[in-house]
Amino acid sequence: MPPSKEIETTNMKFAVKTWCKSGRARVGLLQFKTTTIETPALLLTTRKGLPAFISPDHLSFLPSPDSRLLQFSPMHFMEGPNLKTISNIGGVHQLLGLQGYGFVAVPRDSILSLPECYSSNKNGASFETPCGRFLVKPLEYIKMISSMKPDLWVSLADEVPASVTAKRNKASVDRTITWLDDCISLKPKDAALFGSIVGGCSVEERKRCAQEVAKRNVSGYYIGGFGLGDSIDERSTFLHAVTDSLPKEKPRQVCGLGLPEEVLQGIAAGIDLFDSTYIYHLTLEGFALVFPLNGMCKHDVSDPQLCAMASDYTKINLKATIYRKDASRIVDGCMCYTCQNHTKAYINHLLNVHEMLAQILLEIHNTHHYLSFFRLIREAITEGKFEEFRQKFIQNRRGHLFVASLTASELETSLR
Amino acid sequence: WIVVEASSQVLGRFNRARAARLTLPHFLCETPLFMPVGTQGTIKGLTTNQLEDIGCQIILGNTYHLALRPTSELIDEFGGLHKFMNWPRALLTDSGGFQMVSLLHLADITEEGVTFQSPVDGKPMLLTPEESIQIQNRIGADIIMALDDVVKTTITGPRIEEAMYRTLRWIDRCIAAHKRPKEQNLFGIVQGGLDPVLRDICVQGLVERNLPGYAIGGLAGGEDKDSFWRVVAQCTASLPESKPRYVMGVGYPLDIVVCSALGADMYDCVYPTRTARFGTALVPEGVLKLKHQAMADDTRPIDSTCECMVCKNYTRAYLHCLVTKDAMGSQLLSYHNLYYMMQLSRNLHSSIIEGTFPKFVCDFLKNMFPEGDVPEWVCNAMEVAGIDISSCCTPLNSKLEVYTSSG
Ligand SMILES: [Zn+2]
Ligand SMILES: [Zn+2]
Repeated sequence: MPPSKEIETTNMKFAVKTWCKSGRARVGLLQFKTTTIETPALLLTTRKGLPAFISPDHLSFLPSPDSRLLQFSPMHFMEGPNLKTISNIGGVHQLLGLQGYGFVAVPRDSILSLPECYSSNKNGASFETPCGRFLVKPLEYIKMISSMKPDLWVSLADEVPASVTAKRNKASVDRTITWLDDCISLKPKDAALFGSIVGGCSVEERKRCAQEVAKRNVSGYYIGGFGLGDSIDERSTFLHAVTDSLPKEKPRQVCGLGLPEEVLQGIAAGIDLFDSTYIYHLTLEGFALVFPLNGMCKHDVSDPQLCAMASDYTKINLKATIYRKDASRIVDGCMCYTCQNHTKAYINHLLNVHEMLAQILLEIHNTHHYLSFFRLIREAITEGKFEEFRQKFIQNRRGHLFVASLTASELETSLR
Repeated sequence: WIVVEASSQVLGRFNRARAARLTLPHFLCETPLFMPVGTQGTIKGLTTNQLEDIGCQIILGNTYHLALRPTSELIDEFGGLHKFMNWPRALLTDSGGFQMVSLLHLADITEEGVTFQSPVDGKPMLLTPEESIQIQNRIGADIIMALDDVVKTTITGPRIEEAMYRTLRWIDRCIAAHKRPKEQNLFGIVQGGLDPVLRDICVQGLVERNLPGYAIGGLAGGEDKDSFWRVVAQCTASLPESKPRYVMGVGYPLDIVVCSALGADMYDCVYPTRTARFGTALVPEGVLKLKHQAMADDTRPIDSTCECMVCKNYTRAYLHCLVTKDAMGSQLLSYHNLYYMMQLSRNLHSSIIEGTFPKFVCDFLKNMFPEGDVPEWVCNAMEVAGIDISSCCTPLNSKLEVYTSSG
């Protein structure tokens, strides 16, 4: 297949606006029929098309258009509504009443649809979902996409954890490429297709997969197979092996990178799109993101008060008893609904009595905060200061973790 | 804020039914009104912003739960429950007694108060009328409730009489203990079981104390519907015109319509939000069970006549795949169900003012009983309320047939 220069499909346009001079990071513009957002961007991970706790009215209070890309897995709808019904309703935009949003369909997420590589075979990929395990073949997957009509979809991949044998890893690359060809030949007209790239923890396989996928006519790339037992230290090697094999002008999405450091690592490797699974897990455990957003260096890392606040520089746990009487906001000056309306003490109470409003308020703040983090990253890239920004963030966190370790015992007692 | 005591100004009337403006320190309410229950300082799954959008006027907090966590002292430090939960409109707290008797097996009522085992450390504790008021003074709701001697309505005999007289004795202790009468309105609770004589003594006793409002207690506890509405009718007939009347624990839409026809103004119930969590939506026809397989591919909204955010955006098919599995299912259904209750309140208010109340009642009953099989107790209550509902009931002879065939 000849390499393709086409970066525009009927449904999607992508253009890089600023390249980082010394590295791979870039700022781009991703345009869909109904919405245009700047990259690097955070896709909001959903359960069945809506964020786990943020209802559509509150979704509209989040920064826009930054919050207007939603990611879902077609496997979320294995138990219904059936495909014909979804198609009759008019696809996911109508099903969710979110016409102005972009929807991205990814077979795997890290919440409700987990790859189950030992049950996958040459015919299809297996997924573990709350309603059971399913083997999904390319043809079935494309039928789902045709009915759900997302703006963007990712080809079926055979994602394997870091622990598999070299032979199994090689098979996963072969299958993923075969399935991509199936997806291309059967693909519905309008939607933009991202080709999946796997290859586990082998630089050679990562490169081979990326090079093969780069030859295909796709609108962009989805780099899978991370967050499945690989370590953050070796990840840059694999990410670079992949992005260096891909055409520079097309968008790249990644899965399994969630922590702020991981996001910075991905962006440094030239990734444009991330998911927000991390926010979901933080929220469930009662954490709120608090790392400073206005001038990353302002923060005094040896501030003893912050250390005593059950904080690890990036986040605090609002279940901690020290917040019982804390009348302050999660982040002073944060413009999110939660910080504009509620105190830490109230959220601490809601967590204590297991009220769902705690998760609603935390997901709103955490999503807002992370979207702002992405905006700062884009600004840093645009100003040519990305590497500085990244180093500062990592240093601040290290410094803070060091100081915090001195008060670790205090922290533990306050969390119990 | 500007301190305003509860005052009820009747704006419109249809026989016994009234539409009024209830002025409370934090909100100017329109009655009849339904109050959703926010036990622990939150209505499950909804933000205060959404509650305002839905049109909630007063929400209820449970003193027993709030006193345990986060404690009334902490709420007081934050300037009251309004500020703690950031709810700008009105609040009502119960006395805590009912929660203890219904939640704790070892609660025991003596002249002094309600003795119970602390759920924290198992030690015996005592809630006196003075203490209940003190706690409610700290929580700071617009309306606070007197501690009453709660008895199951199904119990009969001297215990009912004892409870009624004790409730009257305790109201004086509540009044004496009340430290913020200018900012918080103390409502007395009419007890007396299903006995009209006892209810009458209690009403007279409370009215003599000239309280800002009155509640009809001891109902919605498993008594038969005919006894239920008769107690409501008797109490509303003798309570003062200018004071709000609150039927405690009542929340089925049909019960609210009947009680409003009989002259009651305020209601509370966990039903709309609790039933939402189990996947049931309130609709003009009654209820819609979204878990039912028939909903799986139904592309209609919950209720095509409903203007709420959920009905404007979501199909039954989508809600079917959310309910009982995802938090969002109960969030969206709670939103719709409370919207339904608020719309019902608004419709009651406006139809009474516009003089179209009988038509509203008939339309409501036609939707709920399309076969004309309006329950006998409703027909009886409407006769007393002076609302002609013959147009939505099946003719007498066919009705008799229905009764004989169904036993
Ligand atoms: Zn915030
Ligand atoms: Zn509705």
